[in-house]
Amino acid sequence: MSAVDHPAPRREVGERFGFLRRSYAMLVKEFIQLKRDRVSFAMIVMLPVMQLMLFGYAINTTPRHLPSAVLLQEDSDLARSILKALENTAYFRFLYEVHDIDEFDNLLKSGKVLFGVEIPRGFERAVRRGDRPALLVAADATDPVAASSAIGSLGMVVQTALKHDLYIGDPPEMPFEIRAHARYNPAASSSLNIVPGLVGTILTMTMLIFTALSVTREVERGTMESLLSMPIKPVEVMLGKIIPYVLVGFVQAFLIISIGVGLFGVPVLGNLVLLALLSTLFITTNLSIGYTISTLVQNQLQAMQMSMMFFLPSILLSGFMFPFAGMPAWAQYLGEGLPLTHYLRIVRAIMLKGATMQNLHFDALALAALMLLAMTIAVTRFRRTLD
Amino acid sequence: MNSGNGIAIDVKGLTKSFGGREVVHDLSMQVKRGSIYGFLGPNGSGKTTTIRILCGLLTPDSGEGTCLGYDIRRDAEKIKRRVGYMTQRFSLYQDLSVRENLEFVARLYGVTDARGAARDMIRRLGLSGREEQLAGELSGGWKQRLALGACTLPNPQLLLLDEPTAGVDPKARRDFWNEIHALAAEGLTVLVSTHYMDEAERCHEIAYIAYGYLLAHGTVEEVIAKSALTTYTVTGEGLNELGAALSGKPGIDMVAPFGTSLHVSGRDVAALEDSIAPWREKGGVSWQKSQPSLEDVFIELMGRSRDNFQ
Repeated sequence: MSAVDHPAPRREVGERFGFLRRSYAMLVKEFIQLKRDRVSFAMIVMLPVMQLMLFGYAINTTPRHLPSAVLLQEDSDLARSILKALENTAYFRFLYEVHDIDEFDNLLKSGKVLFGVEIPRGFERAVRRGDRPALLVAADATDPVAASSAIGSLGMVVQTALKHDLYIGDPPEMPFEIRAHARYNPAASSSLNIVPGLVGTILTMTMLIFTALSVTREVERGTMESLLSMPIKPVEVMLGKIIPYVLVGFVQAFLIISIGVGLFGVPVLGNLVLLALLSTLFITTNLSIGYTISTLVQNQLQAMQMSMMFFLPSILLSGFMFPFAGMPAWAQYLGEGLPLTHYLRIVRAIMLKGATMQNLHFDALALAALMLLAMTIAVTRFRRTLD
Repeated sequence: MNSGNGIAIDVKGLTKSFGGREVVHDLSMQVKRGSIYGFLGPNGSGKTTTIRILCGLLTPDSGEGTCLGYDIRRDAEKIKRRVGYMTQRFSLYQDLSVRENLEFVARLYGVTDARGAARDMIRRLGLSGREEQLAGELSGGWKQRLALGACTLPNPQLLLLDEPTAGVDPKARRDFWNEIHALAAEGLTVLVSTHYMDEAERCHEIAYIAYGYLLAHGTVEEVIAKSALTTYTVTGEGLNELGAALSGKPGIDMVAPFGTSLHVSGRDVAALEDSIAPWREKGGVSWQKSQPSLEDVFIELMGRSRDNFQ
């Protein structure tokens, strides 16, 4: 390399727009590195698709077509229409029709059926007379989750069946007082609840890990020393490392929601632009937290462990696994500190209830506050020297 | 900015400890603008630490000074903009191509035409045709060139090179040094640390540092002269036995074989003469009083500093 042969023209070193130029330099670099990391690149697409397919189909808290038996002690039109109505809920599948109480009990005991419906003798006549006869529904409650939603739907189903059969008018008194009222999800379909939740959970996991490794990777590869000797500021490093992944997160969110709508039939009742905006905010918040983790740890293993430490409570305390309102007060306070809690409210509200910004400004502000907090910690914790 | 005085680096009393161990001890040095300053010393002597202090990567525990006229404590950002630092370990992005690495550096420093600047540098480095090759796939010599290209691209005024030629073949080393001289001729100041004596002799000035202490500095001639070392070069038969017999005798500070000859050196001329007198009268070998080599001086300095500081 002979300097004498090819004297390079001296170029201006600009001071203007330094912040933007340097952040941009970092951003381009991160993009190229991401593009070149084939495995990570494949994971961006595969991870959300696989998780959604697995969890969307596997986690089902409202099982359908539960094996059932009926003990028919009278063969009336009303009895037939009740059975039909029960089958129409898709919760019950009547496999056995028995006429003997012992047979009925044995089926339940052996686990061949989870539900047994007994229509007593003289049932129709009693209903017509307004005697409020009892319709016995025996459920195998050893798996309460499986049983509860089916039981919950019983009362209403039987009421409607009776109403439509016109055997009695619009009666003020009903033979069953069980009242199930599942708003927004009349069929209590769990994918309607789980898919929006999965958007948040998958994004938390992938975003957190992407940035949690970003700084430690530079330190471990030895490129940090060089980077620190160059005139770049901690904020610029952070922005350059976060922005490419905002796009990645956006693609992931789009994928998950598309699959949710396409495969699981989850509606998006609210505004898509609002959903996109608040999802971007949530993505950026998680990236900032991941980045903060990477400024706190010394190596990639620690970064992974710390990410898990953040990820687990996010799943358990955010309302994804268990109903938020059912948690004790201290757990709810903790949960309010997790971005996923707020995003779950946002995404469920927009998709299932058609909520607008007016309903969501508290959760949006909470996300923004958490993001700023994480960024501030990251920038102050970023070591500008090797001391 | 007091650039008029022609001093690029001016530091006094630099001290730095890690975990209670003092790595740099009361180090003072001055480097003239446009000169090539060689930094020599054994492994772990504090060379890298000193270089990192100079470019703002480490804060000294005590001591002060200026780099390109900027205070090394207060103006680290300004120094970084004008200094090119080449780390000991290859620290460009291995998964970025030659061109992408150079463009990244150019953008970071705000060079107006980053693509053009990278293209020029690729031509200057002789890397044309390899611009899309990943930096991690280059050979050792090419990696060093690329790293040097990356630190000279934003037109720095000072280059800090930390053992740039370690593990590079002799041809690549020679090319590398030609480039460094060409850069110095353009007005750049270069501080370069090395283990190679032939490279030390290519520097305008050198400093020798061991165990955190700066032991000697000046031009090569000055350092040799200041050592006050008297050296005899012995040639002939049975040099191994002779060396074994001589070492440790009064006045003999160092006995070192150099190929077919033996260097016998000492600071106390009279004592040295007395000790070797009985051997000079014996036949078979010839004794020649000669100039000590730079290596003689350094090995002697190192031996002495070990006695003093360890």
